[in-house]
Amino acid sequence: MSSIGTGYDLSASQFSPDGRVFQVEYAAKAVENSGTVIGLRGKDGVVFGVEKLVTSKLYEPGANKRIFHVDEHVGMAVSGLISDARQIVETARSEASNYRSQYGIQVPLKYLNERVSMYMHAYTLYSAVRPYGCSVVMGTWTDYEGPQMYMLDPSGVSFSYFGCAVGKAKQAAKTEIEKLKLADMSVKDLVKEAARIIYLVHDELKDKQFELELSWVSEATKGKHELVPREVASEAENLAKQALADIEDSDEGEM
Amino acid sequence: MAFMGDTMNPAPLWHNGPTPGAFYNFPGNSSTYGPGSHPASDFKAHSASPITTTTTVIGLKFDKGVVIAADTLGSYGSLARFRDCPRVMKVNDLILLGNGGDYADFQYLKDIIEQKIIDEKCIGDGLQLKPRSLHCWLTRVLYNKRSKMDPLWSNYVVAGIQDGEPFLGAVDKLGTAYEDAAIATGLGAYMATPLLREAVDKGGLDEQGAKALVQKCLEVLYYRDARAFQRYQLGVVTADGVTVEDLAEITPRWELAHMIHMK
Repeated sequence: MSSIGTGYDLSASQFSPDGRVFQVEYAAKAVENSGTVIGLRGKDGVVFGVEKLVTSKLYEPGANKRIFHVDEHVGMAVSGLISDARQIVETARSEASNYRSQYGIQVPLKYLNERVSMYMHAYTLYSAVRPYGCSVVMGTWTDYEGPQMYMLDPSGVSFSYFGCAVGKAKQAAKTEIEKLKLADMSVKDLVKEAARIIYLVHDELKDKQFELELSWVSEATKGKHELVPREVASEAENLAKQALADIEDSDEGEM
Repeated sequence: MAFMGDTMNPAPLWHNGPTPGAFYNFPGNSSTYGPGSHPASDFKAHSASPITTTTTVIGLKFDKGVVIAADTLGSYGSLARFRDCPRVMKVNDLILLGNGGDYADFQYLKDIIEQKIIDEKCIGDGLQLKPRSLHCWLTRVLYNKRSKMDPLWSNYVVAGIQDGEPFLGAVDKLGTAYEDAAIATGLGAYMATPLLREAVDKGGLDEQGAKALVQKCLEVLYYRDARAFQRYQLGVVTADGVTVEDLAEITPRWELAHMIHMK
């Protein structure tokens, strides 16, 4: 790496001569080592899918969740260092709670995103701190604005997306997401797609075990963020496994 | 030589200032405004009396659940000022909460309880606050406030399902708490509790019977309590969950007023 030995990669508060902040780039690298997270925004809601890598067989099933509630109407899926991500979740929760107590309504996602991304950005400015090693995706559905979704980077940059992917297999996942007609799809279909994509991009050789996490916030859930009910989730998961098996079969046929 | 002033009796060198060697308090600073320089009679605590108030709230257990009802009038003293003050709230799938007393105090605590429920959902372990816990928590909050001589001027009636069994409890503004099969606060404590207890002692109350009895109590109070109102809210909690019904109305029966002759 060009940065090693130059001395410009030790602090987040210093540029390198060619105008980069290496600490922020390293934080982005930390996210790329993590399981893939995708967010899909359809016509009536947002769906999150997470490939949660299970690093030890000794963990209980469902441990170290990567999808969180921020407020009743906002969900957050996280990729990167889990402990860093949990702090971002905590920050978002307190922002949402403060907004609610001050204005008596649920926080608009646009505003929440602004607050959380400025918080993350602040950690790219000082030598005494390191940037957050996580990316988060936030989503909501309201009857006046419809579905909304934002993805935040360790640099503090955030954009609104129709579909986004972050983590190990983000490239492969993005290619799959681009094939979808997101704006016309309902969350019922998107859940199946999310499960299929996560199963498809999972690399069985490098990471053996993983758990699929699915959540949604949609018109059907009355704008509340919820984990996808067990029956729906397992149906989507079975379809994903089936789709993967079909691909493998056809590959063998060609050979 | 008038400009030199009275040279034989010069004015004092130091006017209105600190006595040399002594502490001086500038006028208008905190020490003169502090409580120390005012007698207790100068103070009036405005929070120690309610402003916009609501009246009775009724709670009644039946075989499989609990019903709570309260009218929607917010009174400003004796003035019937606000006609739409709902005060029966769904807390979660296990708890129904009713309130009577200062309406602002209720709104304050309602927001806190709602945030508690959101925080609980954020934990995501699927556990829910149970009625006995909320009842206990309310006693702590209200007792703490009254111990600071600044009570939340409210009566709370907590109804719910605790481990499959109906629960009904009350907390008053001093933090005094009790459980009972029938609870009525405010003026209803005098006029509704006898009716409710009679039915409870007889036993065999089902949901329909409990609702009808509570509605009867609201009607009696509507005729007798000058702070009561015809429009009311009724909520039911059973093992199936919590429902707060749409606003209902008492139809006044003027034939009861046969002693009154309009001219």
